Amino acid sequence: MILLLSAMVVLLCGGIIMLLVNRVGKNYSWLGAFTVVVAAVMGCIPAVEVLVGGFTLEFRCAWSVPFGEFFVELDPLSAWFLLPTLLLSALSAIYGVEYLRSWEEKRSLGPVWFCYCLLVIGMVLVLVARNAVLFLVAWELMALASFFLVTFEHELESVREAGWIYFVATHLGTAFLLAFFLLLARETGSMDFNVWVNQRIHTQGLAGILFCLAIIGFGSKAGFMPLHVWLPEAHPAAPSHVSALMSGVMIKTGIYGLIRAFIFLGTPPLWWGWGLIAIGVTSGVLGVLFALAQHDLKRLLAYHSVENIGIIALGLGVGLLGMNTGAPALIVLGFGGALLHVVNHALFKGLLFLGAGAVLHGTGTREIDDLGGLLKRMPWTAATFLFGAVAISGLPPLNGFVSEFLIFWGAFKGGILTSGPVAVPLLAVIAGLALIGGLAVACFTKAFGIIFLGEPRSEHVAHAHETGWAMRLPMLALAFGCGLIGLLAPLVVRGLRSVLEELSGIQRDVVGINLATTTNTLTFVVIGALTFLLVTAALVLLRRSLLAGRKVGTSATWGCGYARPTPRMQYTASSFAQPLTDLFRPLLGTRKRIVPPNGLFPVGAALKTETPDLTHEEMYRPMFERANDWLSQVRWLQHGKVQLYVLYIAITLVVLLVWKLR
Amino acid sequence: MISISFIPLLLALVLSPLLFGVINRTKAFFAGRRGQPLLQLYFDLWKLLRKGAVYSRTTTWIFRAGPVLGLAAVLVAAALMPLGNFPALIAFPADFLLFAGLLGLMRFCTVVAALDTGSSFEGMGASREVFFSALAEPALFIALVTLARQAGQLSLSTIFGPLSGAHWLDSGPVLALVIIALMIVLLAENARIPVDDPNTHLELTMIHEVMVLDHSGPDFAFILYSAGLKLWLFAALIVGMVVPVTNSVWLDLLLSTGGVLVVAVIVGVIESIMARLRLVVVPQLLVGAGVLAAMAFLLELTLKIHNPS
Repeated sequence: MILLLSAMVVLLCGGIIMLLVNRVGKNYSWLGAFTVVVAAVMGCIPAVEVLVGGFTLEFRCAWSVPFGEFFVELDPLSAWFLLPTLLLSALSAIYGVEYLRSWEEKRSLGPVWFCYCLLVIGMVLVLVARNAVLFLVAWELMALASFFLVTFEHELESVREAGWIYFVATHLGTAFLLAFFLLLARETGSMDFNVWVNQRIHTQGLAGILFCLAIIGFGSKAGFMPLHVWLPEAHPAAPSHVSALMSGVMIKTGIYGLIRAFIFLGTPPLWWGWGLIAIGVTSGVLGVLFALAQHDLKRLLAYHSVENIGIIALGLGVGLLGMNTGAPALIVLGFGGALLHVVNHALFKGLLFLGAGAVLHGTGTREIDDLGGLLKRMPWTAATFLFGAVAISGLPPLNGFVSEFLIFWGAFKGGILTSGPVAVPLLAVIAGLALIGGLAVACFTKAFGIIFLGEPRSEHVAHAHETGWAMRLPMLALAFGCGLIGLLAPLVVRGLRSVLEELSGIQRDVVGINLATTTNTLTFVVIGALTFLLVTAALVLLRRSLLAGRKVGTSATWGCGYARPTPRMQYTASSFAQPLTDLFRPLLGTRKRIVPPNGLFPVGAALKTETPDLTHEEMYRPMFERANDWLSQVRWLQHGKVQLYVLYIAITLVVLLVWKLR
Repeated sequence: MISISFIPLLLALVLSPLLFGVINRTKAFFAGRRGQPLLQLYFDLWKLLRKGAVYSRTTTWIFRAGPVLGLAAVLVAAALMPLGNFPALIAFPADFLLFAGLLGLMRFCTVVAALDTGSSFEGMGASREVFFSALAEPALFIALVTLARQAGQLSLSTIFGPLSGAHWLDSGPVLALVIIALMIVLLAENARIPVDDPNTHLELTMIHEVMVLDHSGPDFAFILYSAGLKLWLFAALIVGMVVPVTNSVWLDLLLSTGGVLVVAVIVGVIESIMARLRLVVVPQLLVGAGVLAAMAFLLELTLKIHNPS
């Protein structure tokens, strides 16, 4: 535990030093990255120990805050989330050294690194805090640090707006969490998580209310539809290595909190499973559909985070159904798949955001339709992005397939064993995951194909350049990780044992038996994946020997005999996605503006499509406008006179004092 | 045991190109022609494998890797698919997920290779391919879960064993609905009429054919062979449900191999008696397949409640 705490101290000191030494033109980014890497290594050691050993480390010390106690604990569940957090923090920091270099002449990079270190501290603290007050402080630290990182380019209007939406969304979420924690505290008379674990809530009604509060509070951080509005705004606005960190691991703290809440709330009734599955299908399907309709690469990836959070929710839903019906196989497969997907998503989404950053860095644009043919100019970025694309589509032999396999298998297993009320939601899981998988393939063939393949679509590509090693290495490491988890799946899943024992509350040997079945099956999956690689190698050799010594020519792409095709004649991202976006138009609300070709000799024609976020446009905007109208009636209270504000505070204090002494 | 589990893979490897010959002969019969030789695809493959290749200047290594990876994926998938009573070479619980995943990978490779040419025709084909397959995927999975529930098994190699004549008497409607759904998935996944017309000669209307326009030589041989294998595997999936289990290995072999060829004949008949659907109607067909499969599942649920045997 001391190692983890000192890692946080290292981060804090590093952050402060970065704040002090960095000036405009004086860039010590390498020092910041070095700090984060050192801290990550220090933090990973206890996390691995806990995960392998299945024990718990704790540290308590008094804290002067009312009801608060500096109580941190590292148990297998925290350790499972901690590992990807630290890994991705370190890799993104290394990437950031090069990525931020273009700003070094314009501004001091100190605050960015300071906030980055604070964000990492905040995430680590959220994962280990065992006191509600400490948890909320850490939660706020995480939210504020990431807010300042999102608004890094605050001179842009769009970035300020994105930051504002993020700020409001995260604090509304926190408000629900506050209610959640206060209700629990009132029920148990303590702010201590361990007390909550031991005194589970037995009133069904109260447990239901707490469940809903947790879903809204943690779900708004995780990005459940329709609480996801901040993701497609904040992720594109933030610097890419921060987007990778936020999308890869920060939103997972929401999932972590939700799982923690399940442990407090005891045996779940059936409707919780139904609810999570409904949320999962909605977030998954709508997330990937909105992603398909986007033209901005980072916005597309942000919507994909919503989709993947949906997949995780489906896994949790399967697990909850298993807990309700007392089916250990469903618990192990559902929760196991969800937890593995947390790690997998951190790897491939981190990788994809870093890849998007490299594209943005190299070409200066995020517009997919302005790109094309980048593979020839940025071969490393393209290859690693392809890894991420295959992994996120849930295809073998990479890691995304393994976690989706577990969730799918759990749903199938439940689907053949259980009766109606459980089997029908599981059918929804199966159909939903299948549709999500198919649409994800559509989305990522689009993203990869239009950006990296074909011919350049605009001038942006002409001066594109490959990234340096500081940006390339983290991407290579993450791509390697995607492959490694795919091929070492049984080993990784075995590491889930202590986590599953902790959160399911079922007997150790039952978990062990079910986990053994799972790993045996995954061994077959890995055999299949290895066979695939071997067969591929054999076919490559066969093809080479067949073509050796024969005439291999080059020519123009076949265009029905037309020999002078131009890049403008290529299919674009919008046209690629058009059949799907048209089919789902009632759900997407895509707007089209067409200037049709006119006359016998038409000269100009134009088509512009745009898919704004439907919940943002139809739900939140009217809601906030109405709230704004209504609240403006009390605006006279706000007049900017500091003396009167002090008076307000004094009056409040006096009233509270009187009320207390009454 | 091991020796007979090689049989499905070997038969698929050797006989799959024959299916296209059977389909073409059936269509020729309906059109009153003599048609191509049954072994035409074998000749084509042999010819292509001895040729050189021409590549577009736009393409990269992705274009060259596409056919190789696609063929590798479908070859491994072939090792997972049993044939009638013969278990697959690799069998484990939920192996059909790996099967579907590998076919998904094959599709990913084909689509990405098509986009690598920068041709708008191939972009069009790629776009339609991912569109239709995304809608076919739920139908396939719901059909599979219904089948698994009917048999009480989770591996392709054990699902078909328990499906006996008694099952057909007991819950025939369920199995019939599943077969219809799987047949529609087969037609869509293998680019057959009414979803796609493999014989069309207009690039604008093609789906699968247009994606592979620029491939030549051994690469194209790989693609054709993969397509044959894929059709064989889907046919085997349907045949497994229908073909009865006998006591004789040779009779089993004859029945299941014959069954696959019969599926090819049925595909040929469908292609002869109906036109291809307009592209905007295809989604309705595919969603319809999903709905049929879901109905089969719900029917299965209610049947099990009434007679919990």
